[in-house]
Amino acid sequence: MRILIIEDDREAASYLVKAFKEAGHVADHAADGEDGLAMASDGPYDVLIVDRMLPKKDGLAVIAELRAAGRDTPALILSALGQVDDRVKGLRAGGDDYLPKPYSFSELLARIEVLSRRRTTGAPETVYRVGDLELDRLSHRVSRGGGEIILQPREFRLLEYLMKNAGQVVTRTMLLEHVWDYHFDPQTNVIDVHVSRLRAKIDKGFDKPLIHTIRGAGYTVRP
Amino acid sequence: MTAAPAPSGAAAAKPARRISGFRSLLSTTAFKIIAAYLFIFVLFAGFVIGWLGFATQRQLTDQLTETITAEVRGLAEQYAIGGIRRLVEVVDERSNRPGASLYLVATFAGVPLTGNIGELPAGTLARQGWIETDYRRADESTSDRPHRAIAQVYGLPGNFRLLVGRDLEERDRMREIFGRGFRFSVAVAIVLGLLGAYFVTRRVLKRVDAMTEMSRRIMEGDLTGRLPTAGSRDELDRLAGSVNDMLARIEALMAGMKEVSDNIAHDLKTPLTRLRNKAEEALRVGGSDAAYRAALTGIIEESDGLIRTFNALLMIARAEAGNQREGMVRLDLAEIARGVAELYEPVAEEAHVALTVTAAPVSVTGNRELLGQVVANLVDNALKYGATGEGGEVAVTVAAEDGEAVVTIADRGPGIADADRGRVLDRFVRLETSRSRPGSGLGLSLAAAVARLHGGRLVLEDNRPGLKVALRLPRSADDPSVAARPV
Repeated sequence: MRILIIEDDREAASYLVKAFKEAGHVADHAADGEDGLAMASDGPYDVLIVDRMLPKKDGLAVIAELRAAGRDTPALILSALGQVDDRVKGLRAGGDDYLPKPYSFSELLARIEVLSRRRTTGAPETVYRVGDLELDRLSHRVSRGGGEIILQPREFRLLEYLMKNAGQVVTRTMLLEHVWDYHFDPQTNVIDVHVSRLRAKIDKGFDKPLIHTIRGAGYTVRP
Repeated sequence: MTAAPAPSGAAAAKPARRISGFRSLLSTTAFKIIAAYLFIFVLFAGFVIGWLGFATQRQLTDQLTETITAEVRGLAEQYAIGGIRRLVEVVDERSNRPGASLYLVATFAGVPLTGNIGELPAGTLARQGWIETDYRRADESTSDRPHRAIAQVYGLPGNFRLLVGRDLEERDRMREIFGRGFRFSVAVAIVLGLLGAYFVTRRVLKRVDAMTEMSRRIMEGDLTGRLPTAGSRDELDRLAGSVNDMLARIEALMAGMKEVSDNIAHDLKTPLTRLRNKAEEALRVGGSDAAYRAALTGIIEESDGLIRTFNALLMIARAEAGNQREGMVRLDLAEIARGVAELYEPVAEEAHVALTVTAAPVSVTGNRELLGQVVANLVDNALKYGATGEGGEVAVTVAAEDGEAVVTIADRGPGIADADRGRVLDRFVRLETSRSRPGSGLGLSLAAAVARLHGGRLVLEDNRPGLKVALRLPRSADDPSVAARPV
C-alpha cells in the first residue's frame, strides 16, 4: 500500500514514514498543503493522511480541491481539533476518516488499512465468509460449520463490521464509531465486554477461534 | 541638569481620553440636539410674536380708520348744514380738545383756515383719500421731530380741503413693544437654552466620562469593575446595564479559563511526573527486554490516561464557554438513555448488577454526543462506585417533570455524604473512598458543565441508600408533551 503523509511536523512525519515502512507499506511525505496537493494529484496513492493545520494550504482545502478534481483517494484527517463538530466539518469537507491527535500508531494503521481495503472492494457483498463462519447481510443469519448462531441485533452489527474488515485490525474506537455511532471515550472497557460476549457465541465449542485480540490495538476476524 | 518630572504614561494618557472642556461640550450629541431644539423654538416664538403684533396693528389701524371715517362723515354733515363757516367753527372747537385727533381745513391752494396741524409735507392735500404722512402740530416748532399720522383727505365743494387724521404714535409704540418683546424673549430663550444645554450636557458628559474611565480600568485588567449607573433607568443606565451583564459573563468565562489552566497545571503535572518517573526508573534499573517492554507499556497506559483527562478538561472548558450551541438539534433523551444502557448492559451483567431503564420519550434541544457522553459517564460511575457486590441495582429513568426533561441514574451504593455533594461537582475532586479506582474525577464536573451548556443543571440526591444523580434539562419548545400541558 502506498501512503502519502501531508504533515508539517517533520519529526512526526518521519516517525510515521518509518512506522509504515515497518508495517510493510510505502509512505511519502509532503511538508505543506501545496506540495501535498500536487503529489496527491499526480502520484498513485492508495491512502492520504492529511494534517488539518498546514502551511500554505489548509488540510481541508487540500481534500476539497482533490475531490473537486475528481480524485477519490481515501483520505484520513489527522488533527489536534478532536471535538465532534470538528470531525463533522472534516468529514463534510471530503475526508473519509478523522483521527484526533494524539493518536496511537496502531489505531492509525488499523484505520488506514480499513480505508484502503474499502476502496478495492467492488460491489457490496451480501454474504461475508471467514473460514466456516458465514454472515448473510440480507437475511440476518449467522452460521458456523452449518449450525445457526442466534445473535442480538447489536451483536450482529458488531460481527458484520468485524467480518467486513476481515483480516484487518479493528480498534475499539472504530467499533464504537461504526457499530454504536458514538464519538466519545466511554472510559471503561465496555467494547471488550461486548466482543467477549460475541466471542462466546461464535468461538465456543470450536477448536479454532476466529475472533482474535490484537494486544494494544484491537480485534480482528481471520481464519 | 534636572529635567522637569515627566508625567507617567498612564497619567498623561488620562486627560486625552477624558471628554471635557467647552469645545468638547459643544461637540456632544446632547448639545447638538438641544441647539437644534433651541433653533426651532426661537423660530416658533418669532412666528407667534410676529403674528400677534401684525394682528394687533391691523386691529388698531382698523379702529383708527373707522373713527376717522365717522368724524369725516360728521364734519361733512356740518359743512352741508352751515357751509365752510360752520365747518371751521366746529373744527376749531374740536382742535382745541385734548386728544389724538388731527384736523385741518384748508383752501385748495393749501392755505390753512383752521386745525391743529402746523405743517404737512408739500402736496399732501392734493391727494384725496387715505394717506399716511408725517406732520407737526400747530403748537410745535420746526425743530421738533415730525410725527406720523394716518388721515383722510376730503375735498369739499368750493375747493376746500378737509383732513381728519389720527396720530400713529400709539400704534408705533405697540409695534415697538412687540419688537422689543420679541428680541427679549429670543434672547432669554437662547440664554436659558444654552444654560440648560450646558448643564444637561455636562451631566451626561460626567456620566459618560465616568463610564469611559471605568472601561479603561476594565481594559487594563480589572475585570471586577462595572460601569456606574445612576439608577434612573434611562438609556445610559440601560446601556451600562447590558454592558455590565456582558462584563459579568466575560468575567465568569475568564474565571473558568483560569480555573482550567490552574487545574491543568496542578493535576496534569502529577501523572506527567509519574510518567517521567517510570521512564527514568526503567533506564536506571535496566534489565531484560521484557522489563523494558513492561515499562514502556506502563508509560503508554499512563499517557492514554493523560490524554483522556486532557480531553475531558477541554470538553468541560468548551462546554462552559458555551460555544457549542450551534450544533444542537432536537433529540429524544429516552433514546439516548436506552442507547447508553444497551452499551453498558453486558458490563452490568458481568458485575451482577441489574441495570434497568424506564424511559418515556422527552425531547430536548441538545448535542447528542455530549449528552450521550454524560449519561454514559453517569452510568459508568454508578456501575463503578454505586453497585458493588451481589444484588446491586442501577436504575436509569427518563421522565418529563413540568418544564424539565429529567434523566435520573440511581444506584444502591454507599452514596455521597451531604457535605461532599456540592464539592464533587468541582473539577478533579475525588472522594477518598474512590481514590483507589481508575478515573480522573472529571465525570461529574463534565456532566455539570454539559447540563449548564444546555441551560439545565445536575442535581445530586440521596437515594436512601445510594446516590441519585439527576440531569435536569429544559424541554424542547416543540416537545408535544410541553404543548399539551395545560397552562
